[in-house]
Amino acid sequence: MQTIISPLLVSHRLSLAPSVPRLLNNHHRAPPSIRLSSHRSTNSLRLFSSAVAAAAASASRDSEMATEDVQDPRIAKIASSIRVIPDFPKPGIMFQDITTLLLDTEAFKDTIALFVERYKDKDISVVAGVEARGFIFGPPIALAIGAKFVPMRKPKKLPGKVISEEYSLEYGTDKIEMHVGAVEPGERAIIIDDLIATGGTLAAAIRLLERVGVKIVECACVIELPELKGKDKLGETPLFVLVSSA
Amino acid sequence: MSGNKEEEDPRINGIKTKIRVVPDFPKKGIMFQDITTVLLDPKAFKDTIDLFVERYRDKNISVVAGIEARGFIFGPPIALAIGAKFVPLRKPKKLPGETIFEEYELEYGNDRLEMHIGAVEAGDRALVVDDLIATGGTLCAAINLLERVGEEVVECACVIELPELKGRQRLKGKPLCMLVEYR
Repeated sequence: MQTIISPLLVSHRLSLAPSVPRLLNNHHRAPPSIRLSSHRSTNSLRLFSSAVAAAAASASRDSEMATEDVQDPRIAKIASSIRVIPDFPKPGIMFQDITTLLLDTEAFKDTIALFVERYKDKDISVVAGVEARGFIFGPPIALAIGAKFVPMRKPKKLPGKVISEEYSLEYGTDKIEMHVGAVEPGERAIIIDDLIATGGTLAAAIRLLERVGVKIVECACVIELPELKGKDKLGETPLFVLVSSA
Repeated sequence: MSGNKEEEDPRINGIKTKIRVVPDFPKKGIMFQDITTVLLDPKAFKDTIDLFVERYRDKNISVVAGIEARGFIFGPPIALAIGAKFVPLRKPKKLPGETIFEEYELEYGNDRLEMHIGAVEAGDRALVVDDLIATGGTLCAAINLLERVGEEVVECACVIELPELKGRQRLKGKPLCMLVEYR
């Protein structure tokens, strides 16, 4: 299981001022002396609060390359461009709104670049995007790496023959659909969505693609809500995210 | 690019042949123009985006507004290539922040299109993108939303037009750019 946040980092976060970990709209500058552990995680870009990221960037000696010790400097800007809307869609939920990221041309460009850099030499022939916000991030990645884009949709939206997969919601179930013939056995795919929460939708997407013989190389999201442990639902499929919001 | 046969860019035929027509969807009598097959062909998809980018890159467009959900597929790549913001125009209750809405007519009943307040600044030059224009109702609602917050809508851009439905006439005088006609 690819742990995006190392245990060391979690304990660091606990010792910060309480307002800091609510990453995405709070820009308290943490003390610059925070030192990040060198955690060899091949699948993470290291996601933090923007304050920690800023401290990390300034602590780095190699400002050009993202080393294992330090987060890519583009991440802080991406994290800070995401807006948190309290109590949407219902009380108690802190909604991670990426529409503000899309209004920041540099942040949006950097988001796509980070995914493209990761996947362009991995022989990916399919980028599957989950409706609807996966449709915003998936196609630019697909175009840049020369892969097909396959939309995975709510029921009854796709016009041709489909296969579908059910998944659980808090109350009841929903379905995700894909066109028959969109992908071929043996193809290598990544699945894109803006955010992973409980992981139910992504797990259903994985099952759908696996049923037709596709190998899912990775699931990629802009944001992860690690407390909801969505990663655990993805089985053997690794997860890659840019920003983690605890 | 708006359908003049003599000038048709050679890439357009390649795109047209990739569009799949699905009869009787969503109901009998409708020949549904399915663009998902264009997306499965990386060259055809790239050509589609390139054709729009070439047209708009020097036109000082600062906002690309895409209509949910297939406008989300074509709008962002165009926005990224021309350095514009991307603004999603959505069905009701999807956008989490404060929104304004515009109602439009369906065959039976009405629907609504919403946009975040504060997404765009008055005076921005905007492009509206969707995969297809049929009656023009949704595009007209999109133009209204943008104009209400002070945007100048420069053009509407669609991959496909169904000219018999005369949607072009419902765009409040705004020009339409499309790649492929279906009669």
